[in-house]
Amino acid sequence: MSAETHSHVREPLHRPAGLAGFAADWASDQRTFKNVSWGKAMMWIFLLSDTFVFGCFLIAYMSARMSTAVPWPNPSEVFALHIGGSDVPLILIAIMTFVLITSSGTMAMAVNFGYRRDRKKTALLMVLTALFGATFVGMQAFEWTKLITEGVRPWGNPWGAAQFGSTFFMITGFHGTHVTIGVIFLLIIARKVWRGDFDTERRGFFTSRRGQYEIVEITGLYWHFVDLVWVFIFAFFYLW
Amino acid sequence: MTETTVHTHTIPQPEARAPAHEHQQHPIGLYLVVWLLLFVLSTFSYLVDYVGLQGYLRWSLILIFMVLKAGLIVAIFMHMAWERLALIYAILLPPLLVLVFVALMVSESHYVLFTRLAFFGAAP
Repeated sequence: MSAETHSHVREPLHRPAGLAGFAADWASDQRTFKNVSWGKAMMWIFLLSDTFVFGCFLIAYMSARMSTAVPWPNPSEVFALHIGGSDVPLILIAIMTFVLITSSGTMAMAVNFGYRRDRKKTALLMVLTALFGATFVGMQAFEWTKLITEGVRPWGNPWGAAQFGSTFFMITGFHGTHVTIGVIFLLIIARKVWRGDFDTERRGFFTSRRGQYEIVEITGLYWHFVDLVWVFIFAFFYLW
Repeated sequence: MTETTVHTHTIPQPEARAPAHEHQQHPIGLYLVVWLLLFVLSTFSYLVDYVGLQGYLRWSLILIFMVLKAGLIVAIFMHMAWERLALIYAILLPPLLVLVFVALMVSESHYVLFTRLAFFGAAP
């Protein structure tokens, strides 16, 4: 039982709030994150480290773009699609953005239904989220194919600064990998939800700990983070 | 509810705040509103490009919409708004240091561009 008490915190917490609470939580030799399970805290810390990874990518992109003497290709034109006889700027990227935001919405719903212990709705919403994620990756594959056939390479492109290709493939590739991993993660957890692991508190085969609906929220944290990173990529790489 | 057996917490203090929900349980309406807001903000940021705004107006609008979207996702979807300050500060303050790195690299980039123009001449 004692292992359980460190994994899941379920009773109301009587601690000072605000800055006094911050000082009290961090002070002395004790557990810092009082009402956050180790799983959630570790996911947050992983996401923090991932923030630095993507931060470094975006800074590298900024440095390349600021220091090149050759004009930077105009993303508005590069990512335009020819629809109905005219070029619509950035339309594919806009659709990808909406798809990812929609998937974040369904994920938030899944977390909500998870804590209501609504097994079926949670699993269905997670599968829906995964489908949106897969759609996003599919559109990204289309975008890559289009750019590669147009002659974009990591070492050059037809429109301007050579670094455009390398930063594009690096940043969107790394983000796409995150989305793909997220889809797999979602499907694994959705299967467990559907099977009722968190209602029967079936023990995980790897950790032998009892499954809790909290894992849905932890999966959600990762998924929302992927959406969050896209917000920054959309702003800095595509719109800037 | 039945699982947690230890009662190591101190006696409730006067300023104690007992959260009604240890689980992140919030009304669905709130998520729908945030979802809608994210859609609207994304549309706005797309329109910045579609309309073709340029210069400082473009950059400031892009940044404003970006920060608003990021804030909504972290605060509501990731439930940061309901966490204790101990976690909020531990996660949200360190990324601010990235801004120092940005400042360093802006300065460095200016210098690299300067040397490129000085030694390889030509170009804009």
